[in-house]
Parts: sequence; structure tokens; C-alpha cells
Amino acid sequence: MSLALPLAQTRLAVDWAWIERNAGYIQDQFREHVLLTVLPVTFGFIIAAVLGFFAVRWPGLYTPLLTLTGILFTIPSLALFVLLIAFTGLSIWTAVIPLTVYTLLILLRNVVEGFRGVPRDVRDAATAMGYSGAKRILTVDLPLALPVLFAGIRIATVTTIGLVSVSSLVGQGGLGQLFLDGFYRSFPTPLYVGLALSVVFAVTADLLLLWLQRALTPWTRR
Amino acid sequence: MITFTKVSKTFPDGTKAVTDLTFTVPAGEIVVLVGPSGCGKTTTLRLINRMEERSSGEIMLDGQDVTALAKHELRRSIGYVIQAGGLFPHRTVLQNLATVPRLLGWEKERAVARARELLAVVGLDGEVANRYPHQLSGGQQQRVGVARALAVDPPVLLMDEPFGAVDPVVRQRLQQELLRLQQDVKKTIVFVTHDIDEAITMGDRIALFSPGGVLEQYASPAELLAHPKNAFVADFLGEERGLKRLSLRQVYDVTAIDGPVVGMEASAADAAKVAAANGTDWVVVLRPDRTLYGWGNVAALGDVAHLSELDLPLPRLTVHANDSLRAALNAMVVSQVGVAVRLGATGTYEGIVTHEILSGELLR
Repeated sequence: MSLALPLAQTRLAVDWAWIERNAGYIQDQFREHVLLTVLPVTFGFIIAAVLGFFAVRWPGLYTPLLTLTGILFTIPSLALFVLLIAFTGLSIWTAVIPLTVYTLLILLRNVVEGFRGVPRDVRDAATAMGYSGAKRILTVDLPLALPVLFAGIRIATVTTIGLVSVSSLVGQGGLGQLFLDGFYRSFPTPLYVGLALSVVFAVTADLLLLWLQRALTPWTRR
Repeated sequence: MITFTKVSKTFPDGTKAVTDLTFTVPAGEIVVLVGPSGCGKTTTLRLINRMEERSSGEIMLDGQDVTALAKHELRRSIGYVIQAGGLFPHRTVLQNLATVPRLLGWEKERAVARARELLAVVGLDGEVANRYPHQLSGGQQQRVGVARALAVDPPVLLMDEPFGAVDPVVRQRLQQELLRLQQDVKKTIVFVTHDIDEAITMGDRIALFSPGGVLEQYASPAELLAHPKNAFVADFLGEERGLKRLSLRQVYDVTAIDGPVVGMEASAADAAKVAAANGTDWVVVLRPDRTLYGWGNVAALGDVAHLSELDLPLPRLTVHANDSLRAALNAMVVSQVGVAVRLGATGTYEGIVTHEILSGELLR
């Protein structure tokens, strides 16, 4: 591990004064980290919903789509970030696009499984009661798919929060900048701060999503 | 009234599900479609509300072709019940019941009021109103399913194995409840089952299908059991066809004979004479108010002056006028002398039913 050597040679204690002096900077990076999580998960979900709709409608598409998103998922993140610089420069999109692509595998699978998991007899009963197709999908299928959709969104969110830091190498990265900072200067305090905030963010986001899911699906409380 | 005329249904893969089907479901009756799996009974049901589209022929609902209306409008006027009710897991009982009224654009208050009314119709407690389906027992779910189908009082109910998911005891109770409910609501009900006993219990008429959707026989349960049209029908009805026929008829349908009867103050010698006159070796002993004192084999009576001096056994089972002949047969089998004793509502002796009487009934 390349990080281990420089860190080992330095003081490992937390420099509270540095944190105080850099509170504004830390806040900015945190805000960016949140943005770099929310945007990819949102875009990813929209794309997965559209792809998922097609895959549910025409089941033959599901395997090819899963394979495609699977292949995209295997592209090393760093390579993708660097590749994109040629097109999007050092803008936020250089980070958002790859992060979005990585959410697709998880989200597509959950969108499709969520809708496929709606019990056939319930769908049948809805149709037999006189629901039109679109109304049924929105008021019967969608609510029943929510638990699985949320499971996907939660995994995608937590994964993305971890992955965001890698984009610090292309000038983005939110809290990842703190990691780089600590690494370059062999000064662990920013690293601690970044790590702590990253974990706190991931746990908070996960709990928030869990709470939202519970609120939206009261019937799943046993 | 629902009329099928030369209806066929072939699936895209070439499977013939329904073949040249012609029959009529009279208004206000329960018609049971029964047959082995793959016989097209469910497809036939689903052709009515166009969950499946027929390939040829004509299906008329109260004089109008079912294709005359838009599908969703047709369906809103036809109640539909499936196994476990097909309830919406994400909606409370009340919301489930209000579904079709809301689809038809009823005000929320009116729909909820109707939903509460429906709970009472199917005998459910008001406290289940705000529960989710998974918090109900299987029987309760099924009742909600039936209630939901009745929400806008449609003239026609389609029921696809509605009681298939509950245990036999609950199923029997639900069957009886539905039959009782039907007395009041007089719906035209098409009921699919694979269970011939359920068909016999529920049906005013039974349509028996063989694989490929061929209607083998369409008749009342009694007619079907008495005169199965061919080997397939007889086979499907099973070896206990005679027993099933007996379960359709009541004790009051047959004439009970008086049998060897003596009063409790008669002597053993009198009893022996009565028994001999009736060609039996036993007598029924009655109290002065014609309730049962017991019965006894003449050989066991000794030579008492009054039978009341003896402690006589009672029949293990007795039957009433409203019991089925199957119950009478059961009483015979477990009785000491092979006959069923028929008692009135107040326990007075009304006669005996013998094997000969039952066999005679089956031969008719």
C-alpha cells in the first residue's frame, strides 16, 4: 500500500486546529460529495426506469441489457474518468457520467425484479376489475415494486458515496479531495475528516432512504 | 343471462383451449365449470370478461355482445373473484373494497360508506376495515374478495377457484355462506373449480369439460350424477357417485316406514310378535310421548312384563328430515341393526329409513 509508508512516518494524531481553520473548505467538499451522489443516483434511476420498462415489456431485452450494464460496471473507474476528460474536460460531468453508469447495473436489476415481483394474480385482479394499463402500472404495480426499487436505490447510493472519492483524481471527488490532500502532505487529519464524513453521510443517507421507504410502503410493516 | 354460441379459443401456440362451446348461463343461477386441468374451464370464464379474447363464435351478456363495450367498462360491470381474493396487498380492506366504486368515479365518502356496508354483507367485523390483507386469515381474505366483487352490485360474478387456497373446514363454511348470500343477491355466477364435490355443492347446473375445452355434459348436479352421458363424465364423477347423489337429497325426500314399534309398557312377548310381523329380530321402544326409549333385540328382552324395566340402548346416530340421505346412510352403517331412525324437531319418532329405501331412491 502506497499510503502506508508516508503515513507511518508522521504524527497520527488529529489536528483539531486544522479542522477549525478549514471548516469552510470541508463544508464545500462535503456539499460537492452530496451532489456527486445525488445526481448520478437520480440520473441512474431515470435511465434504469426507462430501460426497465422496456425489459419488462419485452422480456427478451432483459438479458442483453443486464449484460451491457454488467460490462459497463467492469470498466475500471479511473480509466473511465480519465477517458472522459477528452470530452467533458474537468467539469462535474466527468464525474457524474461514470458514476451514473455504475449505478445502472444495480438499479436496472432492481427495477425489473421489482416489477416482475408483483404477484400475477394481483395484476390479473386489477385488470379484471377494469383498470386500464397505465393506471394499473402507476397505482398497483409501482407501489408493490417499491420495496425492491428502494433496496436498489439504497445499494446504489451507498456504493456511489464510496466511489465519488475516486473522481478526486480528475479534479472532482468531494471528500476525496481531503484524502488526496492528506496523502500528498503526509498529514492524516484531512483523511480522518473525509473518512468520518463519508461514513456518516453513507449511514445517514441509507437510514433516510429506509425511513422514506417505510413511510411510502406502510403495508410492509409486519 | 350469458350465452355462448359456437365459441372456440385457440392460443397463438396452437393449443385449443375451448372447442365449439355452446351453452347458456341462466340469470340468477350458479353455473359451475368443472373438469381436469387443461380442460379450458378458466379460459371459458375469462372469455366472458375478455381477459382472453375468443377466436370465433359469439358471447352475449344480457343480449349484448361482450365486445360491444370497451374492455375496462365491461369489466367494471362484472365482479371477479380469484383464489385468495387477489386482494391488493398495499391497500387496506376498506380501500380494497372501494376500488371499483372509485374506478367508476364515486365520491370518496360514498365509496367508503359502501365498503363498510360490504363488510357487513359478508359477515366481517368492522375492526378489520383498516387492516392490510396479510393481517387477515385466509377465510377473511376470501370474504373480502367476494365483497369487493359485489361492490357496485354487478349482475354477474365470475369466480375462479375462489376457495382453492383455504383449508377444507373454512372452504365448506365459505361455500355455505356464498350459497346463503346468493339467496339474497341472486347473481348470475360462473364458478370454476376442479373439485367435483364443490361443483355438486355450489352448482344449480354443472358444465363438465374434458381436455381441449370440450363440453361433455351440462346438467343439474342430480341429473349429472344420475345419468352421466358418457364414460368420461362417469369417470370424473368418481366411484362414489352414488354417495354424492345421496348427499344431494334430504331425508324428507324419501318415505320413512314405521317399522317394528312398541310402547315401553309392552311386554317382551308383545315385542317379539311385532318384530316377527315386521320380519325383524328387533323393536323400537317408544315412550308415551313418542320419544325414543331405546331399541332392543328380541332375544335380549327376556320375558319382562314391561319393557320399561329394561335399560335399552339408543341408536348411535339419528337423523332429521333436513339431513342428507348421505347422513342417513352413515347412521345406518353405525347403527346396531342397519337402519337409520328419523326423529322430528322435538325428538319424536318419525320412522326408519332402510337400505331398501335408499337403493330404491338411487335406482329412480
